[in-house]
Amino acid sequence: MVVDTIRLYRSTIGKKAVMAVTGAALFLYVVAHMIGNLAVFAGPDALDAYGRWLRDIGVVWPVRVGLLAAVVLHFVAAYQLTARARRARGRYRHRRVVQGSYAARTMRWGGVIIALFVVYHLLDLTVGVLNPNGVPGAIHANVVADFQHWYVVLAYTVAVLALGFHIRHGVWSATQTLGVTTSRVVGLGVAVVVCAGFLSVPFAVFTGLVS
Amino acid sequence: MKLTLRIWRQSGATGRLVEYPLDDLSPDMSFLEALDVLNERLVLAGEEPVAFDHDCREGICGMCGVMINGVAHGPQKATTACQLHLRHFEDGDVLTVEPWRAEPFPVVRDLVVDRSAFDRIVAAGGYISVPAGSAPDAHATPVPKPDADTAFEAAACIGCGACVAACPNGSAMLFTAAKATHLGVLPQGQPERYSRARDMVAEHDALGFGGCTNAGECTPACPKGIPLITIARLNADLLRAHTSRSDR
Repeated sequence: MVVDTIRLYRSTIGKKAVMAVTGAALFLYVVAHMIGNLAVFAGPDALDAYGRWLRDIGVVWPVRVGLLAAVVLHFVAAYQLTARARRARGRYRHRRVVQGSYAARTMRWGGVIIALFVVYHLLDLTVGVLNPNGVPGAIHANVVADFQHWYVVLAYTVAVLALGFHIRHGVWSATQTLGVTTSRVVGLGVAVVVCAGFLSVPFAVFTGLVS
Repeated sequence: MKLTLRIWRQSGATGRLVEYPLDDLSPDMSFLEALDVLNERLVLAGEEPVAFDHDCREGICGMCGVMINGVAHGPQKATTACQLHLRHFEDGDVLTVEPWRAEPFPVVRDLVVDRSAFDRIVAAGGYISVPAGSAPDAHATPVPKPDADTAFEAAACIGCGACVAACPNGSAMLFTAAKATHLGVLPQGQPERYSRARDMVAEHDALGFGGCTNAGECTPACPKGIPLITIARLNADLLRAHTSRSDR
């Protein structure tokens, strides 16, 4: 199979295919991340040991490089398509949205919110400079220190919900772009599962279930 | 029945909304007939009538189409503006009537837009190359019934442009997909299936239409109910066109 990459990428559908493939990679990472987070419920040692294990098997840096590449490609294609859509679409005096879901209409700004959150999230729990505890390797203690504060819980909740909406339309839209249509319910289902998984951690800490 | 129409009037580069109260309407009139009533009045008063596209007035030609209160072809589903009857509005309603708006659809005058971009997309690949002789027997090439149904569903596209007008990205992907699919799923369309998808999408993009984000605004506006899966079929064919050596 030979992919005529340049001509494909020049077309709007080709850019969308890049977004679909990179979006799928990011989605798989998000799911793995969400499942890994659940180690917090197995006690302080389990989460810290999980973090050490990821480093020991040497997946951290390859995954980071892959994620960065996916984010850059995803963003560039999105930016180009957005600029193109802004030029193409008509401006009406009176406009009513007929059917489009909230998730579909907020993909662009939702993506920006997620990107800004990722920067904060990295400074908080990866680099540690924005974390109230901020001890490298003490993942459980850092997480618990974070979610004592309502504003941190709020920031994570907003970001996870934005991610949920992004996934809801993104999963379905990606399959449509790659020519294999699934039901929109699939997108909604995985979005709910991902949201519930991610939000379980801050709320468990905030309510004292995990300490 | 009374209606107030706020109609987009444009004769040069810019236009404006002009308000026209109409109070001698019948609920059984079509929306275009209401415009006829208004135009008769304007002509008698020595004013310029409102320019709008129309032809068959039975919902099959694709000539008519305006935004009525921000919805392409108005509030009635699967209905063209000519088949939209005034009984679907309330007595005394104020309706904003605008032309289709998209960069590749420049306004010619008032509610008339230039949709020749659609013709260029079709000219880029929306055909099959066959030696034109006498018509072959109808049963000479067997077509499975599901394929025939899929092709017909797409072939119902009348090219009115409502999908573009409704699209938040100014994309003509539903139109392009309909024109590519109704040939691409039939045996007669197979030889050029992938080059057709490639060439029509390239022309679509070159004309300045936006990319599809699967927002789903086009299908409820479509008077022929072309489904969104048609776009997925085009996407699959386009990706195939760029990932195999055959048919370049």
